[in-house]
Amino acid sequence: MTHLPYILASYGLATAMALTLSIGAALRLRRDRARLDALERTSAKRTAPSAQAGATP
Amino acid sequence: MTRKTRRLWLVIACVACLGTAAGLILRAFSSDIVFFVTPSQVVAAPPPKDRTVKLGGMVVAGSVKREKRGETPISTFDVTDGQASVTVHYEGILPDLFREGQSVVAIGTATPPHDFAAAEVLAKHDETYMPKEVAEALKKAGKWDPRFGPPPSATSWNQMTVQDARKDISAAPATN
Amino acid sequence: MNATPTFTARAGGFFHRYANPGRFLKLGARLQPWLTWPAVVLTLVGLGWGLFFSPADWQQGDSVRIMYIHVPAAMLASGGYAGLALCGVLSLVWRHPLADLAAVEIGPVGACITALCLATGSLWGKPMWGTWWVWDARLTSVLVLFFLYLGHIALIRAFDDPQRGYRAAAILALAGAVDLPIIKFSVQWWNTLHQPDSITLTGAPTMSSSMLWPLGLSTLGISLGFAAIVVARTRAAVMESRIRALLSSPRRKGGAA
Repeated sequence: MTHLPYILASYGLATAMALTLSIGAALRLRRDRARLDALERTSAKRTAPSAQAGATP
Repeated sequence: MTRKTRRLWLVIACVACLGTAAGLILRAFSSDIVFFVTPSQVVAAPPPKDRTVKLGGMVVAGSVKREKRGETPISTFDVTDGQASVTVHYEGILPDLFREGQSVVAIGTATPPHDFAAAEVLAKHDETYMPKEVAEALKKAGKWDPRFGPPPSATSWNQMTVQDARKDISAAPATN
Repeated sequence: MNATPTFTARAGGFFHRYANPGRFLKLGARLQPWLTWPAVVLTLVGLGWGLFFSPADWQQGDSVRIMYIHVPAAMLASGGYAGLALCGVLSLVWRHPLADLAAVEIGPVGACITALCLATGSLWGKPMWGTWWVWDARLTSVLVLFFLYLGHIALIRAFDDPQRGYRAAAILALAGAVDLPIIKFSVQWWNTLHQPDSITLTGAPTMSSSMLWPLGLSTLGISLGFAAIVVARTRAAVMESRIRALLSSPRRKGGAA
């Protein structure tokens, strides 16, 4: 293959960027879902009968 | 008019004003935005000797002379836009895409009337993307000589596969 | 003029019905796998085809393979900014909360893809043109786009009151949208070192179909990937705003303090 270093650098950068963005998004989504679930459970327990509209899924 | 409608019109008006302003500015400066000047422009109105200009055009077939002084390659070639041509002198390594019939941009100073001392030569790629075999087949069939300009209409070759092209190459008698 | 109030009202109703944050959370969760997996498959097939099976160009040699990343990245750099501008209109006119959250999340992803477009272009330019960079109209206008993204990212986070940041960033997004037609038409309006578009609406593509196919697949795949990442980030942002709301609700505050 001609110009191999340039091609490798391009595909390497693209792969690194795709992995960083997608893994970052997946981890953030998982963390937020866990936190939201935990919060909703505790707040639902505390205000059992009159739970807020925003707090129930 | 509701508040939302008023806001919508306000946004549209602002974007329209801004777009017009940007358009007028670009129009006013369009001679500075162009990346290169053509050989006929350089010949018609020679720029001052100390000003760096970018000269863009096609390398004339058969005009390229290469020699070597020690380790540095020295090349001379004519650049044309179809109306006028200028001879470019350049010391250094030419880019990979440099060839006869290729568009290039030479950066340097003009020495009127028809000479140009380049400090840097850039190759300009065109919008044509074709496999080597297809290019060979077109050349073999006499439909295209890359040294004399751009390839024929894309519809005549963009569906040609590498296999078709190989068949054409082996079938056609060698013309050049 | 008579029709406009109903238009804005109807459009507003549409956005509030189908794109309110709560509904978006459900819709986004359902949509996510349909974006993510086709994106992974199409990108891998497109880039694998481009890298190993498509022919080399007759003059560029194998460096033409950089195109299979560069062209989708360039299209998404502009497309992402058009998305920011759309969010700006929704934010300024309809005060749509989801548009603000989406704008916060599109910014960094768009900036990354614009940087990738510039970097791969440079990596192609060095061996082909003979230079990493020139100040021609196409390259300069894309660099301006990159700085617009950076400005948007900074501005939308610059205020203590997020609402003010959203308004300011929406105005920047709309003003910056002027750059999009400049990028698109720069190669036609002025002579540039950058080549004109090979694929146009009016003419036959000046590209061999053996290169057009992998380019089409990778463009589709990378576009879906961009959408998948933006949707995932926006879902996370909606969850984060709910977490903030829960933590700052009066009962909670009383308990925490």
